[in-house]
Amino acid sequence: MTPIEWAIVGLALLGAFFGAVAAIGIVRMPDIYTRAHAASKSDTLGAVLTIAAVALALESGLSTAKAAFLVIFMFLTNPTAAHAIARAAEDQGIEPWTREDDS
Amino acid sequence: MVEFATALLAIAAAFVLFAVVALYRVFAGPTIHDRVIAVNVAGTNTVIAIALVAAAFDESVFLDVALVYALLNFLLSIAFSKFNVEHGGVL
Repeated sequence: MTPIEWAIVGLALLGAFFGAVAAIGIVRMPDIYTRAHAASKSDTLGAVLTIAAVALALESGLSTAKAAFLVIFMFLTNPTAAHAIARAAEDQGIEPWTREDDS
Repeated sequence: MVEFATALLAIAAAFVLFAVVALYRVFAGPTIHDRVIAVNVAGTNTVIAIALVAAAFDESVFLDVALVYALLNFLLSIAFSKFNVEHGGVL
């Protein structure tokens, strides 16, 4: 593999790491707010890193532009969606988890 | 020595695995919001997997599919959270 291909695979592996962090957070965190935190931040970073790798991998200018649009779109919409869901949960009166709930 | 396209496909497979792991939360709940956020994560991972497959096969058409899928994923979360709040003011 050429150096640019190593860079692409490295970026994608870094994105896969953050995707794993998001998946573990979704399963292991105690309540909706902490899960939204794990989902919005880690998954957005993983998506941006991986799609940046895709943008590097695709040769033609148009597909690189499409991948760049996908990055911008992910960066805008993913935290917005998580914010809307967390706000809807707050509106329905779901209490945040505290340390006392666990004991 | 692994081939370049094979490495990208393996990473796409890892993202599909993470989406399946997030589906556990869709099954377990306990509130509707947990389920919606887990579906959102699964959808995001699907978009990433589609983009990686596009890079592995050098098919830029798949990127259009990924863009539309990302749009639908966002719309689903916003629609669900608006539907769940009576006055609709979640944003």
